Amino acid sequence: MSLLSIVGVLSSAIFSGTSLLYVTLGEVIGERAGIVNLGLEGVMLVSAATGVAVTAETGNPFLGVLAAALAGGSMNMVLGYLVIHRQANQLASGLALMFFGFGLSALIGGPYVGAKIHALPRILLPGLASLPRLYASLFSFDPLIYLVLPAAILTWWLLFRTRWGLGLRAVGENADIAYASGRNPRLIRYQALFVGGVFAGVGAAQLSIAYAMTWTEYMTAGRGFIAVALVIFSRWHPLRAVAGALLFSGAVAFQLLLQSSGVRISPFLLDTIPYLLTLGVLILWGGTRRQSAPASLGRVYQGTE
Amino acid sequence: MTQPPDRGSLRQLLGHKAWRTTVHYLSMILLAVLLFGAILLISGKDPIQSYKEILTSTLGSAYGLSEVLVAMIPMLLTALAVALPSRVGLINVGGEGQLYIGAAFATWAALTFPNLPAPVLLPLMALLGMVGGALWAVVPGYLKAIGLVNETITTLLLNPVAPKLIGFLIFGFWHAAMDTDKTSKFVPAARLPTFLGTRIHLGLGIAIVLLVLYWVVMKYTRWGLEMRAIWQNPQAARRNGIPLKPYLIVMMCIGGAIAGLAGMAQVSGFYGVLLLNFSTGLGFMGFLICWLAGGDPLGILLMSFVVSVIMTGGNLLQLTRDLPYAAINILLALTLFVVLARPTLIRGERA
Repeated sequence: MSLLSIVGVLSSAIFSGTSLLYVTLGEVIGERAGIVNLGLEGVMLVSAATGVAVTAETGNPFLGVLAAALAGGSMNMVLGYLVIHRQANQLASGLALMFFGFGLSALIGGPYVGAKIHALPRILLPGLASLPRLYASLFSFDPLIYLVLPAAILTWWLLFRTRWGLGLRAVGENADIAYASGRNPRLIRYQALFVGGVFAGVGAAQLSIAYAMTWTEYMTAGRGFIAVALVIFSRWHPLRAVAGALLFSGAVAFQLLLQSSGVRISPFLLDTIPYLLTLGVLILWGGTRRQSAPASLGRVYQGTE
Repeated sequence: MTQPPDRGSLRQLLGHKAWRTTVHYLSMILLAVLLFGAILLISGKDPIQSYKEILTSTLGSAYGLSEVLVAMIPMLLTALAVALPSRVGLINVGGEGQLYIGAAFATWAALTFPNLPAPVLLPLMALLGMVGGALWAVVPGYLKAIGLVNETITTLLLNPVAPKLIGFLIFGFWHAAMDTDKTSKFVPAARLPTFLGTRIHLGLGIAIVLLVLYWVVMKYTRWGLEMRAIWQNPQAARRNGIPLKPYLIVMMCIGGAIAGLAGMAQVSGFYGVLLLNFSTGLGFMGFLICWLAGGDPLGILLMSFVVSVIMTGGNLLQLTRDLPYAAINILLALTLFVVLARPTLIRGERA
């Protein structure tokens, strides 16, 4: 097998892992504040469609990314209204949001099926200008890829090094005590959901505007659920989420490598690896304190009137 | 908070509250309808005409009504698959995966024994479907029962695995000569019988029987009583000699088995082949229906009906209004939002 194909595989793994990492980071923020979002799939779809639509209309992919981020934030506000304000069940509300996203994204993206859009520009990795052109194209990534690791560090910093993050995690552990110490659990949860939605939107934009460069219905293909799994895998920690996303893209790369080297293992079976690995890790950690889920994840904050 | 009412005006107040709740409910449903109408209007469709078509095409004709009933079958079953485990406090979000595995098991029987007569083959397929679904649920049930991992997480994680296994089976072994993404058509003996020239199949009868059975078991049997005890306080129930772990594992498996049966009913009754990714969220829909109905059998029947009317109406809407089919999910979701955000008055004492 040639070096070129190995590099090609790694390059495509980076592309497919990036969108996932953004979404996972967003979900880490939301779950740290105590809200699990099963509607991520729908949030991503709406963002991806909005991103493509805005890019197609304006011709500016950066505006598309911005629109996708805002769309993600707004979608999460719908969930916020249901679970924070109306105190509805989080799992059911999330699933309803998912169906909402299925529909809304089909409607938004409908006119743009098969449309050609200006993709995000790709920038060659610095210091590699002397590479032959074939390799250079494989080492050229869009800006969102370069930004994803800083985004993970930023998330970590926000959650663990700022007062806002402290309050957010306090709300996720025990909203009543956070309230007693002068925080506003509802407001913090709305904020966490909005930021999380923005992250999911950026991830979806990376998928639709930078990677696929088009819109197709259900194009996220289960990434929203993978992100929820990766949050558990990374034990609600943004830096470990990087490892989770690497694992997932590693599995994708491994699968492509096997295929290109002629080994006959069904790609379907390889696709199951990230899920089964997460399950295995959960069983290993089960019963210990290392599982460290936010204590009031999924609980309704009743408030104290 | 309001002032405590005087004794005399208590009834008046109750009446007032009930009235307000009704108005609130109706206005929010109206809101859902209006919102979707606005969306239709923006995308250049006539909302009034669309709504008229949704209603007349589903409830206005015998054929439309029969299609609604057909769509209800998997929803009733997947909702039951959530309802039964929920009676002992288990949250089964894995209906989607269990449904797929059930369908795969049933398909194996249909493809392996095409020469068996229907009275043997169909029960075998149903049984295998239930076994498959139960197998997909036994790991989460066991892990929960021994207190290792939460069943919500495990059932959710197993969902995406199931359709990939199906893909493996179809591509690797089962695909038809001309297709790569589905099996060949089942023999007639492997098809659930249909009625009156419609697509309504025996699955409907099975679902209704199971629904009634569920109601009877919960209300009139010792099992139902013990499950209610576990639901209210698992540890107290255990100290009173109720076998907690077996209950958790068995109820999870029964839930999985019913979801598996839903998968069998879909491939045997509805499609007649095993398709790749044939269920777009049926298991999740069952979860929503069960949750909105609070696990109540009549509520499940009602909610399934409402959801089916919307989905079937949307199906016909696509043919006549050239909207993407998925767009009907908006009306569905708006309706779900309304019910999820229901006035707290209905649920209890909080205003």
